[in-house]
Amino acid sequence: MKRPMTISEKIFAKSAGVEEVRPGQIHNSRIDLVYSMDFLGKVLFNHLQKMGVEKVFDSSRVVICFDHLVPAADVNSAEQQKYVREAVGKYGGTLYDVGRHGIMHQMVVEKGHVQPGYLAIGTDSHTPTGGAVGAVVAGVGATDAAVAMATGELWMRVPEQVKVTVVGEFQPGVTSRDLVFSLIKRKGWDGTTGAWAYKSIEFTGPTMTSMSLDARLTTSNFVSDMGAKNAIIEPNEFVLEHFRNLGIEVDPVYSDENAEYEEEIEVNVSSLPPLVACPHSPDNVVPISEVEGTRVDQVVIASCANARIEDLRLAASILKGRSVHRGVRMLISPASQSVFAKAINEGLISTFIEAGALVSQPTCGPCYGAQMGLLASGEVCVSTTTRNMKGRMGSSEASVYLGNPAVAAAAAVAGYLTDPREFVEVQ
Amino acid sequence: MNTITGKVWAHPGMIDTNQILPQQYWMQKYGELDLAALGEHAMEGLDATFAEKALAGEYSFIVAGENFGGGGKSMEHPIYALKGVGIKAVIAESVSRYFFRNMINNGVLVLIKHDISSFANTGDEIAISPGEGTIRNITQGTATKFEPMPEFLTKIVESGGYIDYLKKAGS
Repeated sequence: MKRPMTISEKIFAKSAGVEEVRPGQIHNSRIDLVYSMDFLGKVLFNHLQKMGVEKVFDSSRVVICFDHLVPAADVNSAEQQKYVREAVGKYGGTLYDVGRHGIMHQMVVEKGHVQPGYLAIGTDSHTPTGGAVGAVVAGVGATDAAVAMATGELWMRVPEQVKVTVVGEFQPGVTSRDLVFSLIKRKGWDGTTGAWAYKSIEFTGPTMTSMSLDARLTTSNFVSDMGAKNAIIEPNEFVLEHFRNLGIEVDPVYSDENAEYEEEIEVNVSSLPPLVACPHSPDNVVPISEVEGTRVDQVVIASCANARIEDLRLAASILKGRSVHRGVRMLISPASQSVFAKAINEGLISTFIEAGALVSQPTCGPCYGAQMGLLASGEVCVSTTTRNMKGRMGSSEASVYLGNPAVAAAAAVAGYLTDPREFVEVQ
Repeated sequence: MNTITGKVWAHPGMIDTNQILPQQYWMQKYGELDLAALGEHAMEGLDATFAEKALAGEYSFIVAGENFGGGGKSMEHPIYALKGVGIKAVIAESVSRYFFRNMINNGVLVLIKHDISSFANTGDEIAISPGEGTIRNITQGTATKFEPMPEFLTKIVESGGYIDYLKKAGS
């Protein structure tokens, strides 16, 4: 009889063409999807050129998203993008260029490139985000991506398995961001301990079964920063509906009931307050009450972590009929052009602008201090982005607090960090 | 793989990617992986004299603590910085996932041993025998064992990296 396996192990076995796998094994694995972005373009395609191939292994399984510096912010990024545009034309693949763009971790899910049961790789540290559809999705360097683009294969180590069972219901103003904050608080982030380094983190339980795709993507996104190889969530009805709407037939994979895990954790989210990651580390997490009253100069809603339509709806529900506090700049960058369009149709963008917020196009820029709203010394920012190390969003003398979109919107209105539940409840 | 000898640069704490190569150097020359240019700034975040001394042959190995190359960065530039000054191997108590893959894929030996950070000091001469799984500290007259790397990964390192390995295998 076959060994009972987790969803990740089953996908690794399928990709390696073997009956079963065990953690620690190294297999040459078939790769279903490779994706990359503007920022790494030259390095990636130089490696591909070195491989000596004329075309990628399958142009329908290679995706390049322009997101890190779009539209080109300087001559350097313009040259990069020109180079990548020409290279994709030559080697094959789908390019999401300026105007049809979005943040890669949103785009590959939104457009249906990463599908349940896939083994996919991407050249960015937040690549595990895609695991929210029930795929094994791991981040790699440019050499790995070039090899996979040329051959459709890659060496893969089967990771140790961790199960996180999530129960309970979030309070209004508390989101999946707070769920993952509670985990990083316990486990530490990759810049310190790397407690979950190499491991496969599977989220399961009733809360995940009823969780929207947007909220699931925030969950898997943040596990990227805990050193894990991949974060994975079995497909639920929302995920299957997403692919039905795209007209894509999928082949979902589920964990066996008696599969073995190295570590099992249960989290009850019902009593979870909004949490905030304080300067200067993503695992420096405290309940909002501990930082209540901290003065704020800038508020940002952006990035692959929390800038999807649900995030914008939540922020708009707080900003509707209210104003961004004088002395606070609020910047909003939707995760993709489609999210942007949806927000326009739903009237959210008017709400933001009427409240005094700036709305910009989709870009990774503000999250890593590359473009759009860098911070000056001494400034304090509340952001829904991914990381808050010194210098991440501009000056190394600035301070960044990370929080969910309700925390960000409430801070924008109040001018200081405050519990968003007070704002949500008056709706 | 044959025994390799050389001198150590040791740092017992965690070393993240930004310390190995500060981020401002990653996008020089449109982000090209230029060994010499990146090497100039190797370990600049921790030791301003590292690059010069390593290039002069004073250091061939890095002995480090937990989560070497942590910080969740998939960029290969920090590895090229180390390669650019002639670092042959990193021996650490644990290594971040991206760094592990990227070092192997670019032909730099990486060995993991949970108590290694007290084994050698900066300037000690050591000899690594990857096949046998032993490291000798010639200066101190001590030796220790490690779990040899899987053969497949050793072959990639011996070939100089993943791409060179595949090209050899294909030819």
